[in-house]
Amino acid sequence: MRNRLQQMEKTAEERIRAASDAETLKNIRVEYLGRKGEITVILRGLKDLPPEERGAVGQAANRLKDRLEELIESRNRDFNEQALQERLLKEKLDVTLPGTPMVSGGKHPLTLVIEEVENIFLGLGFEIVEGPEVELDYYNFEALNVPADHPARDMQDSFYISDEVLLRTHTSPGQVRTMENKNPGLPVKIIIPGRVYRRDDDATHSPMFHQVEGLYIGERVTFADLKGILMLFAHKIFGQEVRVRFRPSYFPFTEPSAEMDVSCVICGGIGCRTCSNTGWLEILGSGMVHPNVLRAGGYDPEKVTGFAFGMGIERIAMLKFGVDDLRLFFDNDIRFLSQF
Amino acid sequence: MRLSLEWLRDYIEIDISAQELAHRLTMAGVTVENIEKVENDAILELDLTPNRGDCLGIINVAREVSALTGKPLDIPQARPDEIDERIEEYISVTIESNLCRRYGARVMKNVRIAPSPVWMQERLLKAGIRPINNVVDVTNYVMLETNQPMHAFDYDLVEGQMIIVREALAGEVLVTLDGNSRELQPGMLVIADAVKPVALAGIMGGESSEIGERTTTILLESAIFDGTSIRRTARKVGLRTESSMRFEKGVDVGGVLFALDRAARLLEILGAGEVVQGVCDVYPHPQPRTTIRLRSDRVNYVLGTSITPGEIEGFLKKLDFPVEVRETDMLVDIPSYRPDLTIEEDLIEEVARLYGYDNISSELEPAVPTHGYRTDYQRFQERLMSLAASRMHQVITYSFINQRWLDILEVPQDNFLRNTVKVANPFSEEQGIMRTTLLPGLMEVANRNMARRNEDLTLFEMGSVFWPQESEPLPQETLMIAGLVTGKTSGGWQVTGSEMDYFYLKGIIEELLVRLHMLDIKFSPAAPDHSYHPGRTAVITSGGRQLGTIGEIHPQVLENAGIDKRVCAFEIEVGKLYEAASLHYQVQGISKYPAVKRDLALVVPEEVNADELEETIKKSGTELLTRVDLFDVYRSPQLGQDKKSLAYALTFQSHQSTLQDETISTIINRILQETARVHGARLR
Repeated sequence: MRNRLQQMEKTAEERIRAASDAETLKNIRVEYLGRKGEITVILRGLKDLPPEERGAVGQAANRLKDRLEELIESRNRDFNEQALQERLLKEKLDVTLPGTPMVSGGKHPLTLVIEEVENIFLGLGFEIVEGPEVELDYYNFEALNVPADHPARDMQDSFYISDEVLLRTHTSPGQVRTMENKNPGLPVKIIIPGRVYRRDDDATHSPMFHQVEGLYIGERVTFADLKGILMLFAHKIFGQEVRVRFRPSYFPFTEPSAEMDVSCVICGGIGCRTCSNTGWLEILGSGMVHPNVLRAGGYDPEKVTGFAFGMGIERIAMLKFGVDDLRLFFDNDIRFLSQF
Repeated sequence: MRLSLEWLRDYIEIDISAQELAHRLTMAGVTVENIEKVENDAILELDLTPNRGDCLGIINVAREVSALTGKPLDIPQARPDEIDERIEEYISVTIESNLCRRYGARVMKNVRIAPSPVWMQERLLKAGIRPINNVVDVTNYVMLETNQPMHAFDYDLVEGQMIIVREALAGEVLVTLDGNSRELQPGMLVIADAVKPVALAGIMGGESSEIGERTTTILLESAIFDGTSIRRTARKVGLRTESSMRFEKGVDVGGVLFALDRAARLLEILGAGEVVQGVCDVYPHPQPRTTIRLRSDRVNYVLGTSITPGEIEGFLKKLDFPVEVRETDMLVDIPSYRPDLTIEEDLIEEVARLYGYDNISSELEPAVPTHGYRTDYQRFQERLMSLAASRMHQVITYSFINQRWLDILEVPQDNFLRNTVKVANPFSEEQGIMRTTLLPGLMEVANRNMARRNEDLTLFEMGSVFWPQESEPLPQETLMIAGLVTGKTSGGWQVTGSEMDYFYLKGIIEELLVRLHMLDIKFSPAAPDHSYHPGRTAVITSGGRQLGTIGEIHPQVLENAGIDKRVCAFEIEVGKLYEAASLHYQVQGISKYPAVKRDLALVVPEEVNADELEETIKKSGTELLTRVDLFDVYRSPQLGQDKKSLAYALTFQSHQSTLQDETISTIINRILQETARVHGARLR
């Protein structure tokens, strides 16, 4: 018996090692370890053996059974491993091929800039207000201290609907409207984004463009506050490295007035075509709100001070994105738009 | 304005470089745009703000430099030597219009017309003015010096020994120095003699009294004319001169006589003539001196600084403004050459700019913390924009359109879209009317792109349309979102691109509405609309509320617009979307029990709408039917004429228990019964 078992072990091992696939292995297993398998038969036949032989044979048979199980398992694992490797090899893709294109869209670059500006000022505690695009001459000029026939009106050649109604030339009318609504409440701290219209049409001007203007008045809002907030804005939108300066200027609705320049974002301040070799780019106009404007809003200039500011969005977008032709924004060529 | 540094040096010592000077002037509010180097000189190009018209005169720029550098001014003394004849024997001046506030005149005789000296000609050329002869050149020279425009008449050609400053009479004609004959109107200010106009006041002189070689006696004019009137007249006649430009900005009424004397003196020095004794100065309502009260507290209140009263006084003295210091404030005398200073804030600006804007510290401590936030409606718009932009490219087009777009869109004459707000002064028809629909802009963009072979487009715009209102001066502005698709989706090497048709666009819109948590969304066949294909257009509703339209653009419209591909578009009113959307919504629970899927193909007559059939299936499917997904629409002769088969994948699920086959079969039977009853459907 022992010999027979030894013989069986040798044969079985050889056959298992020689097995070339899982199917063969399965058959071998059934042959030896299945319900009618050779070893199974032996184990079942143990009771027919003389008692002194049962122990040894039983032990040997069980050991063989375990051994074959193990070998078969191991071989199976090899086969699985091999099959897996083959599959992996077969499934190789050229991963450098293009991916399936997805539907894509995008916001217009002017929208991106307006949103960025809005977020900066929201973070500074400003609310966002919107006004009508078609405005009364009163809110667009008179209430802002620009009376009829004022030379400052030349700076803003306008589209008129009637004698008293025009397409707004800036979003500042919203400042007076808001003051009228809020007074005597303080502070008034708002920004007004929107489309504005000027009767101007050449390579660097469009009849319609976008502005964000702002107003911050309170019991004691000073020129120093103006500088602080606008400098912070400049650094947020153009980066911490830009330098900022304020120059006296003139607007009918502010006094003192100032223009804010940042060091040229293209050349860093050395001088280039974009900054006309000055090293500075004018970014926004600002100033302390003129007492006449405060009065038009229903506030007493003796008790309330504050500042206003305004910026052209197209200009900022051109600087941020390196767009050299204003007309691209309104041309809406898909090759331009899909870059944003 | 071109300023020669060499000339400026006549009036003030400059020991800094041109660049340094330019920088300091710019930082003080007198912007130097450019420095042009010419031999031995530098020309500063000034870009002046409207309130600093005074700096069109070099002496006034010298005043600025003096305030900035502290160097003293050296203004030439102007009194000429006079001969023994009185001006009253030569001329009398009357002002008959209050558009002239002051008129000064001098007379010179034994005048010899000759070229002016080279140094004067050079200075004029550097300033961009053409030299003509000594008399004309001196008037221009003094204008550049003092900002007082001047004019010289040939005295012998002025009839009646009188000057009358009046408005023109209807029908009067004047030939100006440029040879053009001008028809005058009331409202236009003229200088006239006893008989006729001899000059267009403040703008240009007349040919009839032009200084020429035979001139031997001249009349020098130095006067103040109303800027608004000059501006209007100049516009009407289409002229803009160095003189008119200065009057528009404002000329110093207190400088009239200085300029007159200076011009006479210069001509005298040049040997050009003899100065008759006396000045004719008609100044009916002398302007009182302006005094402004300035409080140092207020200076610091507005600027956020701590400048002492002594420092403030110092700045004002640098500007040469006489100051009377009192207990709590100071009274500041404003010289007539600074008419832009009228209120306390104007002086605060003067203090600030001399103190230096960059020296004012920048604070960042708000006294009252405020909360910046977007309103619900603003947040909604932001969300809508982001959702739309995930599938389509946002375009921005002009709010005004050419009227003819309404024709292209086949809008009937009595349609509300034709009730437009018209622009009174457009450049061209392109800005003729304010848009009542966003389609024109979108279609123009599509057209342009297609012409450049960008044929696959998904575009949208969010913007306002405008309607006149009955009893309101301002139009109603309604925010719309609209878009279009045309062309194919991008394919790739695995997948071919497919046409972006009505259903493609509908897919985008459906997703958008679902993501905005709109309930009860329906797309129903639309009544015929002029701009859309009558068989391929739907009205979009939510809970019965109409939101907008979606459909293929009418072939006639495409032809009108020169577009030869199919285009599908949608237009939705944002306000209506906002009303129907839910910004705050509750989430539905997920069932623990397995779902059961069954397919069901129904054959129905052609005219049965898919959503109606689906509605019936849903109703009869009970709440256990959680999904109804159409996966095939099939037609074939076997099905029969005018019949179609719609195949649905039905999903059943309970929140209470695992569903039994029996339960499901019962429900499916009920679905079959109902759809047969209502729509004549049968199982395929």
